[in-house]
Amino acid sequence: MDIFTQQLVNGLVLGSIYALVALGYTMVYGILELINFAHGEVTMIGAMVALSVIGVLAGVAPDLPGVLVVLGGILVAIPACMLLAFGIEKIAYRPLRKAPRLAPLITAIGVSIILQNLAMLIWGRQYVSFPEILPTTKFEFLGAHISLLQIAIVVLALTIMAGLWLLVEKTRLGRAMRATAQSREVAELMGVNVDRVISATFIIGAAIAVIAGVMVSAYYGLAHYYMGFMLGLKAFSAAVLGGIGNIAGAMLGGLLLGVIEALGAGYIGDITGGFLGSHYQDVFAFFVLIGVLVFRPSGLLGERVANRA
Amino acid sequence: MSLLMAQGIKISYGGIHAVRGIDFEVAKGELVCLIGANGAGKSSTLKGLLGLVSHSGDLRFNGERLTGLATHAIVARGLALVPEGRGIFGRLTVAENLDMGAYLRRDRDGIKADRTRAYELFPRLAERNKQLAGTLSGGEQQMLAIARALMGRPSLLLLDEPSMGLAPLMVRKIYETIARIAQEGVTLLVVEQNAHLALQISQRAYVMESGVIRLSGPSHALARDPQIRAAYLGD
Repeated sequence: MDIFTQQLVNGLVLGSIYALVALGYTMVYGILELINFAHGEVTMIGAMVALSVIGVLAGVAPDLPGVLVVLGGILVAIPACMLLAFGIEKIAYRPLRKAPRLAPLITAIGVSIILQNLAMLIWGRQYVSFPEILPTTKFEFLGAHISLLQIAIVVLALTIMAGLWLLVEKTRLGRAMRATAQSREVAELMGVNVDRVISATFIIGAAIAVIAGVMVSAYYGLAHYYMGFMLGLKAFSAAVLGGIGNIAGAMLGGLLLGVIEALGAGYIGDITGGFLGSHYQDVFAFFVLIGVLVFRPSGLLGERVANRA
Repeated sequence: MSLLMAQGIKISYGGIHAVRGIDFEVAKGELVCLIGANGAGKSSTLKGLLGLVSHSGDLRFNGERLTGLATHAIVARGLALVPEGRGIFGRLTVAENLDMGAYLRRDRDGIKADRTRAYELFPRLAERNKQLAGTLSGGEQQMLAIARALMGRPSLLLLDEPSMGLAPLMVRKIYETIARIAQEGVTLLVVEQNAHLALQISQRAYVMESGVIRLSGPSHALARDPQIRAAYLGD
């Protein structure tokens, strides 16, 4: 088996998921210049709600195809998390819209802790496992094993990214979002209800996050009340790598980070002579984050920071 | 009845009173100027009209009270402001900026016709319609800002210092356009530091000083007023 191709495939799968979560960070940052640290937790809640529904569905209708069961879970979790994100923005962030930037940032961390604890109370401290209902078909491709699930994740993620791209570039709402990101005041002068555009941004980000949350739990076969923390941090790193505030940047950053991480994990044993193992894979995301912040703070596709201020 | 009627308008930022109770009105079809030095409260007045800063007093547009409404709701009632510094969306194309001006409209054909009209008024914009607006020169950006505001078919167009930071030739061009827009029946309220220009194109003017209106009247009369000549026209 070719370790390079295999890790490249694994990295692309992981990277697609990072990219989806990173979109939520970058869209909110683009409009509010707020790092919504609760976004990782929204992803986690999405996975948890979906898993609960999937568990119930699989119990009452064992003959239903696995894909439909998962789809059912997603369809319940999406509106739930849209509502959650709408509420978070309205209750926690909107009153602080004119406060110094540190205040909403700290609030975001607070919201994230609240959601983690809430999830712990509801779903417990144990790992919730993803029932084995999805087909486990595998293919051989250039010496790598690729599962049907992996293909589905990448294809679905790319479809969502393309859809979001169209929404932002071609629709009236998307244009209003871009205008609001550049100047809230002037957007209001055009007749844009900026509060509504900001709500829409949070809601869209949450819907995408749910899908990412379900993907990651299906991929690893489990979910956990704490999973949003690391996933959120990595997605945030991906957003920074691509240039935070830039939607194409989040997509690129996510995919790139996934590949860097997977290749790093694949070769770290060889590089360090077996001293460090693949469980150090999380390290790479943060190496990348630090590297970007030191050498190119505006990210790969971001504008110069001075332009934003 | 006046299109816009303002009575006892006060605006303050924290403890600073920028506008200290002013009365003014704009009738349909008029071109009215608000002149005065830096810091007289002119821009604050315009921002107050649009709800960008809160004001007290009685502000009526078409007889309807505007005080307390959100900016987007005021815009929906037919006011448009070209803000100081133009406020174009630099990372949107020229065409997209114009589309933003028509954000509240749903009549596709009407929007299309008005876009063609805007390009006739400002041929420079037509040449550059696919460019990012941030790449335009200052004068072109001002043209875009005015064209964009017109896309909303406002019943009252407010311009905040349209000549600011522009080369003399461009200033003349912009003012020719403003005069043309006024001739076509758009009601305008223009804030301007350049009193000379303002009094030339407007029918009536208000002179603001330290948050109050010191003088008002027909522009040709104000242009001959010795006080004005000394303070604002450099005689």
